[in-house]
Amino acid sequence: MNLLGKVIALGALSVIAACTNNDPSALGGGAGGNGAISPGSPSDPRSPAYFQQTVGDRVLFAVDQSTLSPQAQTVLEGQASWLLANPDFVAKIEGHADEQGTREYNLALGARRANAAREYLISRGVAGNRLTTVSFGKERPIEICSTEECYSKNRRAVTVLTGSTLG
Amino acid sequence: MMRLLTSLLLGLTLLTAPVYAQNGPLRLDLDIGVIEPLPFAAPNFVPDGPAAAQYAQDISRVVAADLTGTGLFREISSDAFISRVSSFEAPVQFADWKAINAQALVTGAVNVSGNRLTVRFRVWDVFAGQELGNGLQFSGTTEGWRRMAHKVSDQVYSRLTGEGGYFDSRVAFVSESGPKNQRLKRLAIMDYDGANVQYLTDSAAIVLAPRFSPTGDRLLYTSYETGQPRIYVLDVDRVKQSELKTQDGTMSFSPRFSPDGRSIVYSLIQGGNTDLWKMDLASGQSVRLTNTPAIETAPSYSPDGAQIVFESDRSGTPQLYIMPANGGEATRISFGQGRYGTPVWSPRGDLVAFTKQNKGRFHIGVMRVDGSEERLLTSSFLDEGPTWSPNGRVIMFTRETQGASGRSTLYSVDISGRNLRPVRTPDGGSDPSWGPLQN
Repeated sequence: MNLLGKVIALGALSVIAACTNNDPSALGGGAGGNGAISPGSPSDPRSPAYFQQTVGDRVLFAVDQSTLSPQAQTVLEGQASWLLANPDFVAKIEGHADEQGTREYNLALGARRANAAREYLISRGVAGNRLTTVSFGKERPIEICSTEECYSKNRRAVTVLTGSTLG
Repeated sequence: MMRLLTSLLLGLTLLTAPVYAQNGPLRLDLDIGVIEPLPFAAPNFVPDGPAAAQYAQDISRVVAADLTGTGLFREISSDAFISRVSSFEAPVQFADWKAINAQALVTGAVNVSGNRLTVRFRVWDVFAGQELGNGLQFSGTTEGWRRMAHKVSDQVYSRLTGEGGYFDSRVAFVSESGPKNQRLKRLAIMDYDGANVQYLTDSAAIVLAPRFSPTGDRLLYTSYETGQPRIYVLDVDRVKQSELKTQDGTMSFSPRFSPDGRSIVYSLIQGGNTDLWKMDLASGQSVRLTNTPAIETAPSYSPDGAQIVFESDRSGTPQLYIMPANGGEATRISFGQGRYGTPVWSPRGDLVAFTKQNKGRFHIGVMRVDGSEERLLTSSFLDEGPTWSPNGRVIMFTRETQGASGRSTLYSVDISGRNLRPVRTPDGGSDPSWGPLQN
């Protein structure tokens, strides 16, 4: 227990370090800062690449909504299991909105979405101090067309692994 | 570049001029609604020597551009002129200007001595054969020539409309480049007409929504410098920024100054929920203004500082509300179809400008502060973020085009809904904040 506490504290430190980095090409389609963590091999179930590609690092939302669909809950169950099995990782959950809406409202909406994902992970046993949130509003779409096909992918909460104490 | 503005010590001198009785002077009443622009002539200001020639021509052109840019005035081409103005002191040949239907005439002279530039000008009511107001003289450094031209324009506008001008003012905005999914944003400031752009930040971090202080000396804005959106204040002349400390681990955004410049109101996100807070700038202490599970954002003070208009989705969709400046019960003012956001109280206090989203279109609109007389001024795929000209007659906003190549551009529109026009910027532009008239 003592050891775990130290690991989490170290993880939190690495989050702070990661925050000062504004590299937009973060691992796993994240839009924000990202520490220099290796994605590893997608075939390694303990790797961030596996988390991103196989577990699924993102959940999508309906227009103007922050409630989690059954499909989103399934993805988050997988994320929670992975995070519980890999306690040395911490994560930043990024909330995003599509471009329909004002900049201010979308920032607030993105925060709701990120928080909804975080609360769900906490309800499945992931320690809250391993999970931070940030909203990018409509500032960082991943799809750039102006139709629902793109919008539906932009209304997302992405769980970005931001640190590992094992390296 | 900032040194330019601080070192520009504008001298203002009243020219001695004959005083005419003013009965029924030329007056463009903006409340009636101007459909036919008032024709004016602005012959090149008279240079008093070769050193002044280019300045005289440039100043005349900026004055004419300022006036025609309002949509309220129409310049008569110099090709039509009968009289030549070769001396500032010579009597005006009113018959020659009447013949080409110039209702107003602006004459001027420019003197350059070393790096010192002096502009003298007079405004004439051609059909009354009288001067409107008194001749004035501005002087400053040659590098500040555009500001002197704008000051002349403000005087002309003021004499012809009876209202304050807005030409000698600056606009802070976000300069945008790059594709939509990796857009680079820099904080920038420029003259109201897009001249003299200066960049205040680099594009390393996303920056959003600069807001001028009431006197124009500071800017509030939001930056992702730390990875989280947080509020910063920047001293415009020194280009020196500092973070405004809100609660640790929170996101803060959408700040705006109080009219006395001593406090700010802003949005703070805690546990995914966005509420309004107010910070006293001297002490750094914040107090909560709203406490609901709804999104409360985009606050803007009334000019007297007594009330705040803001956006909330407490009814289920984003709508506009007004509450006392210290918090308390809020009154909903928007009741039309659609979603309302980004309300901004007009400098005159009579109107609220807003963004409206309805049936897949975005609009910039205005309504009275009690929510009545809603008028939509624009319509496009995405218009948002209005800001008022210092005199409350013009609104500048962001227009973004749709699709993968979508681009943001600044636009301005008269509150009558007329004279919609792009504001030229070197790259894309968004989130304008129109500063006060400069001293």
